[in-house]
Amino acid sequence: MSKQRLVVIGAGMASGRVLEHLTDIAPDAYDITLFNAEPRGNYNRIMLSPVLSGEKTYPEIVTHDEDWYAKRGIACRFGEHVTAIDRAARTVSGQNGTSAYDKLLIATGSAPFIIPVPGKDLPGVVTYRDLDDTDAMVAAAHKGGAAVVIGGGLLGLEAAAGLALRGMAVTVVHLMGHLMERQLDEAAGYLLKRDLEAKGITVLTRASTKAILGKDRVEAVLLEDGTTLPADLVVMAVGIRPETRLATDAGLTVARGIEVDAQMRTSDPDIYAVGECVEFDGHLFGLVAPLYDQARVVADSLLGRDSAFSVKDVATKLKVTGCDLFSAGDFRDGPGREDIVYRDPARGIYKRLVIEGDRLVGAVIYGDTADGNWFFGLIKDRTDIEEMRETLIFGPAYQGGATADPLSAVAALPPEAEICGCNGVCKGKIVAAIEGGAGDLGAVRTTTKASASCGTCTGLVEQLLQLTLGDAFQMPAAQPICGCTDRTHEDVRRLIKTIPLKSQEAVWQELGWTTRNGCHVCRPAINFYLLADWPLEYRDDPQSRFINERKHANIQKDGTFSVVPRMWGGITTPGELRAIADAAEKYDVRTVKVTGGQRIDLLGVKGEDLPAIWADLNKAGLVSGHAYSKGLRTVKTCVGTDHCRFGTQDSTGLGIKLEKTLWGSWTPHKVKLAVSGCPRNCAEATCKDVGIICVDSGYQVSVAGAAGMDVKETERLADVPTEQEAIDLTIAFIQLYRENAKYLDRPYKWVAKVGLEWVKARVVEDIEERTRLISSFELSQSIYRRDPWAEHAAKRAEAYAPLADLTLEAAK
Amino acid sequence: MNWIDIGSLDDVPMRGARMVKTRAGCIAVFRTGEAEIFAASNTCPHRGGPLSEGIVHGTRVTCPLHNWVFDLETGNALGEDARITTYLIRIEAGRILIDGAALGRRSAA
Repeated sequence: MSKQRLVVIGAGMASGRVLEHLTDIAPDAYDITLFNAEPRGNYNRIMLSPVLSGEKTYPEIVTHDEDWYAKRGIACRFGEHVTAIDRAARTVSGQNGTSAYDKLLIATGSAPFIIPVPGKDLPGVVTYRDLDDTDAMVAAAHKGGAAVVIGGGLLGLEAAAGLALRGMAVTVVHLMGHLMERQLDEAAGYLLKRDLEAKGITVLTRASTKAILGKDRVEAVLLEDGTTLPADLVVMAVGIRPETRLATDAGLTVARGIEVDAQMRTSDPDIYAVGECVEFDGHLFGLVAPLYDQARVVADSLLGRDSAFSVKDVATKLKVTGCDLFSAGDFRDGPGREDIVYRDPARGIYKRLVIEGDRLVGAVIYGDTADGNWFFGLIKDRTDIEEMRETLIFGPAYQGGATADPLSAVAALPPEAEICGCNGVCKGKIVAAIEGGAGDLGAVRTTTKASASCGTCTGLVEQLLQLTLGDAFQMPAAQPICGCTDRTHEDVRRLIKTIPLKSQEAVWQELGWTTRNGCHVCRPAINFYLLADWPLEYRDDPQSRFINERKHANIQKDGTFSVVPRMWGGITTPGELRAIADAAEKYDVRTVKVTGGQRIDLLGVKGEDLPAIWADLNKAGLVSGHAYSKGLRTVKTCVGTDHCRFGTQDSTGLGIKLEKTLWGSWTPHKVKLAVSGCPRNCAEATCKDVGIICVDSGYQVSVAGAAGMDVKETERLADVPTEQEAIDLTIAFIQLYRENAKYLDRPYKWVAKVGLEWVKARVVEDIEERTRLISSFELSQSIYRRDPWAEHAAKRAEAYAPLADLTLEAAK
Repeated sequence: MNWIDIGSLDDVPMRGARMVKTRAGCIAVFRTGEAEIFAASNTCPHRGGPLSEGIVHGTRVTCPLHNWVFDLETGNALGEDARITTYLIRIEAGRILIDGAALGRRSAA
């Protein structure tokens, strides 16, 4: 029996996938001819944005080229337009001749929608759909100038971001009230607009284009309200429509798209259609996930296998110009619907969940989309969320008492949980691939296709690699420190030690900072790394510290400060209390508060009064409590053997010794200690950065606890018989943390990264290293173990006063 | 113009700022370079944070309360629809002079 002939019109993401399935399952079933109007094979259209911005090149986004087809015996007719389908003769006519078919697959995709305004055909007006469009934009951007992008949907914004990165002054003109209105609600649209504007892109919403102006080529865009926007390039990205002309001419049933049944057959049983050109059950398709589902069904149908396409809920997880956003389900307001909203304005995070009855029906997330898939699962499965309503918005990490470690969140996902939305790959399949030998991201991509399309699930796949392989998998480098550099914290710390770099200027210069002198994100981090690694050579830079550390007090929302003197181990005296009471009265302290760290907080002190109140407190022997610092805060104690009938050791005395040793030291983040005199643990030592519990036989030293954003019990570092060893282990642990942790990682986060065993090997087992750590700490403390209050009150008091007071001068 | 001497350049730390009280409200004087200074309102339009206490980087300052960033050349907030008033200021022989006319001092005259 001679082979059947299959003709395919269009080489896009859907048809490429069809041919892949078809030739994988039955390499010899068909003689295949592939027409493509573009003079090239298939490429990943989702990746055109990185090509536009210059982060990727065309060869990197090719999925199926002529070689690939040649190996599979498929005849390619690239660059050839199909002009007609003759259903009676069962032929397809291209510009270079006719091809006969037994089965035909139409995959003509979509065409950009052009708004019918005057000037739409001027040179310099482009759409954004294929590689030629992208190349045209890149060429235009080389000349610089102004670009106007019409359309604030996904494509338009990606075009805008790419052009801005290439140096054009970009304005986005969007008809609706907020950007990406189909995927985002107003609040998320606002955040996106704000972030784009921060990147220098101008965004005009509720702006309607009236005409495109220009004589020989485009010169400006005229809006309905009369605004004229100068433009050297206009990108029309208002939407796409299915490309159905061939199908209509051939007499197939076409509504908005080419109508197909669940087997992807058109009204002619020998003609199939797939991708953005089809309409199924009233739906059109633009996202890649359903397209790939369709591709599988087409391949099965062509091989006579049972298969049916159905429309599934789709979540949109997108990265637009570096901004993470996610939406799923139905997030419109409505009667009977309830919202749960979480905002973190400082970090630009917005999450909104829409609940109907006891079911989650929609979710919109901006900024931190890690929990998106979990929410999507709840929507899809119609899970009863009544029990977790209170903590739902905080994501899976907060359910059922698990920790907020992202790895444990991924570990908790069931095997059928979808990880890669584009390719519909579930966790079980990825884990199986890793266990089957796929040892890195590239291998997982090749074997499962997970993270191979849009790439937003890359982080999740990496976490699965780490979960499955453990130490055998090296997590790739994390985020850069900030916009001033491409380097990560880990990178910079290493280079500061090894090059070596001993000043901020050296770091900026040698590591290629892109800004003049850093920013508020990197400066405090670099300042800390330098002073921790070069305590003698580098001098702490107050101008690289946040206000609290620069002024040695905590700023309050009304601009006043809070003052917390140190109470060693939580012990005070009548004399100290009298001095505190006097100071509180003298400086009109509004609130006197006992803190959780066993000391007293004076709230509402004016900035100008700080040196004076410090001087007064100094006179009674009180010094700074460093309640404002990324450094040692408090050592909380119970009364131990001095008074308590259960006490086993002098916990108060040990606490005081520790505090006297550690105070004044700077650390990557704040450090809190506690010492309890017996396992009843009245000092709550088991949720501290270092917690010591005294027992009859000695001291249980445990580390890496947390009781803030996260709550976590400490882990046992070691049990030691003597007080001196307990002190030594504590100092060595803190010095190791100072030398290695990322700025703003609390010890529990750092230990989670390096592993407790790694810490134990250096602090407990390697005595030589322990000794080195202790002497390094002592060297640093020879500079920093002093009271900044006394120093500032004596030498720098004038810096706390206004430079000048012009209100006092008589009016002239 | 009515230039008023408000202090020595050395009194303002490099990449730092000092505050000046005026009848038009508190003004922050920023020193962004050896001989580069700016003056602007000390009050962040967001929640009133004292900008003279922020981290100064490039020709910008970051508000200490919620990290709004202002361009000192224009007074514009980055990524926010807000701005702070800027004032004319100059250095002469190591002294900092501010334009008193803009501060409304003469309204009483």
